[in-house]
Amino acid sequence: MAEVTKLIHKYLRHDKKFPHVWCPGCGNGIVLGSLIRAIDKLGYEKDDVVLVSGIGCSGRLPVYVDFNTLHTTHGRALTFATGVKLANPNLHVIVIMGDGDATAIGGNHFIHAARRNLNLTAIIINNNIYGMTGGQYSPTTPYGALATTAMYRHIEHAFSIAELAVTAGAAMVARGTVYHANMLDKLIEKAIVKRGFSVVEVVSNCHTQYGRRNKLGGAVEMLRWQKDHAVRVEKTAEMGEEELADRFTIGVLVDRDLPIYTEEYKKIREAARAKMAAAR
Amino acid sequence: MNEQATTGRQVLLQGNEAMVEGALAAGCTFFAGYPITPATEISEVMSVKLPAVGGTFVQMEDEIASMGAIIGASLAGAKSMTATSGPGFSLMQENLGFACVAEVPCVVVNVMRGGPSTGLPTNVSQADVMQARWGTHGDHPIIVLAVSTTKECFDITVKAFNLAEKYRTPVIILSDEVVGHTREKISLPHPGEIEVIDRIRPNMPPEWYVPYEDNSRGVPPMGIFGDGYRYHVTGLVHDVRGFPTQRPDEIVPFLNRIHRKISQHFFDILMVDEELTEDAEILVVAYGSVARSARRAVREARERGVKAGMMQLITLWPFPRQILEPYLSRVKAVLVPELNMGQVSREVKRINQGATRVETINRIDGNLITPEEILVRLIKM
Repeated sequence: MAEVTKLIHKYLRHDKKFPHVWCPGCGNGIVLGSLIRAIDKLGYEKDDVVLVSGIGCSGRLPVYVDFNTLHTTHGRALTFATGVKLANPNLHVIVIMGDGDATAIGGNHFIHAARRNLNLTAIIINNNIYGMTGGQYSPTTPYGALATTAMYRHIEHAFSIAELAVTAGAAMVARGTVYHANMLDKLIEKAIVKRGFSVVEVVSNCHTQYGRRNKLGGAVEMLRWQKDHAVRVEKTAEMGEEELADRFTIGVLVDRDLPIYTEEYKKIREAARAKMAAAR
Repeated sequence: MNEQATTGRQVLLQGNEAMVEGALAAGCTFFAGYPITPATEISEVMSVKLPAVGGTFVQMEDEIASMGAIIGASLAGAKSMTATSGPGFSLMQENLGFACVAEVPCVVVNVMRGGPSTGLPTNVSQADVMQARWGTHGDHPIIVLAVSTTKECFDITVKAFNLAEKYRTPVIILSDEVVGHTREKISLPHPGEIEVIDRIRPNMPPEWYVPYEDNSRGVPPMGIFGDGYRYHVTGLVHDVRGFPTQRPDEIVPFLNRIHRKISQHFFDILMVDEELTEDAEILVVAYGSVARSARRAVREARERGVKAGMMQLITLWPFPRQILEPYLSRVKAVLVPELNMGQVSREVKRINQGATRVETINRIDGNLITPEEILVRLIKM
């Protein structure tokens, strides 16, 4: 507890911006906790960390923490983060998004950021719904689920965010849950340290807007669902297709070394200088 | 115009190329863009020249991303710019509003082409004057400048960066297809001859820094990411510390201040180029490529004994009302030629309030208004 109090005092804008906007039991607080523990463990200076978000419940996350914080427009967090990182590659730029934010309105930016491979960390909190606006279906709402804009049932098919990031070319992709909080600390830490574009999809719960309407219970029941349905990547090899049918993998899905944009761009600058000098 | 003699380097440049030179002279180190006719040359030349001076060029996935990237870069301390045309400019509007509200300096070039929609991609137009003013939602302050020559493409781009930095605001430059693609010989001034203004940075201890606190200028000093002044940047209406607020006693002063910081500096921001206006009986008000035709028509009209005068608007928004107004009670008529269905003339009429006669020449066929068209009208008037 003393440890927690220390972190609260060190990182939260505790005297300025509370109470927060999130519902009791929301997974966002767990993600924020993991993020703070990861950054604290890495020992980064607060001045060197930039936390960028889009719009939605997840978008409010940066306001509570004492870093350089940037709450951008809906879906565009990665574009702002791209500018920040390119202008000052020494900053640790971490982007927080929701499922609708990152894969619907921001879907194009997401795949291109993965392809471009800047040294950015993207944390996507996936609660399968648009929570802040009241429970409309998102790109990760499962087929057949109910939402305020799918009151008869949802007839579209969901994105798998982590797999999308793998295909788009991200250097590191991981998936965790807010139930497996200790593991989430480590995944986020690994993603921040990873050189290149890293993605952590965090399976979270919106019992208020998604769980309630789909009779999945409250926060506790939804966390239990995460516990029962998550399988560590390492264990999938020994599991049959049937066993895996109703489950999702957690852990590091991909970790590969790719040329980093800012490193490559240094070579472009050298080439440009050489060409200009020759022209003179 | 091009007549002033300088000792600088003589070059033959397109308007679009001259904008790149102006941006570099002003200290631009970051450019994000997306290909679009007739603005693409700005991206192309930037991609060659920026890395050579240690800057960064990036081609983004669309214009929304370009606008987001230049805001991010500016928050991290770079002087940043993007360039586009009508359709791309439409896509930039949401993030442009963010830059207004979060008070992030940046320069947005719109090389205007025929609209609406995909319109006339390779033809000239001036139909984005109102979009430049009101394109993003909500009441917001904005500075919009219009260029008519290659020389102005250089000079006004420098000026745009200076105004952006000075007032912590996006500055839009309206160029057009004719200006962007016309090649002219200009003298590029030496670096020492150019006034370059940088944003005012905080110098108090970080714990005393109140990022959006009002002052006599209405422009708070700007901390940049990584310099020790950690603060919150948001598109939500915020209090003086940058945190979201819904309190009326914080909303109103904030919105008033961001408007006041532009309005109280009118005379620093308003730029017009007057010729033969002192004794003019007919005042021609024009901007952009049309100002070139208008200037020649005014000179030729004088030769024919018509007392015409030329007022070229360089600042379009805030509208140079303070400069134009005294003429309206003095001249017999005003003529506003422009390549749209009457966007600046509408503003002139609004200010005029019946004081004088306002006539227009409007051309929307993708071609420039010729000096002859204006001259014929001046003689008739």
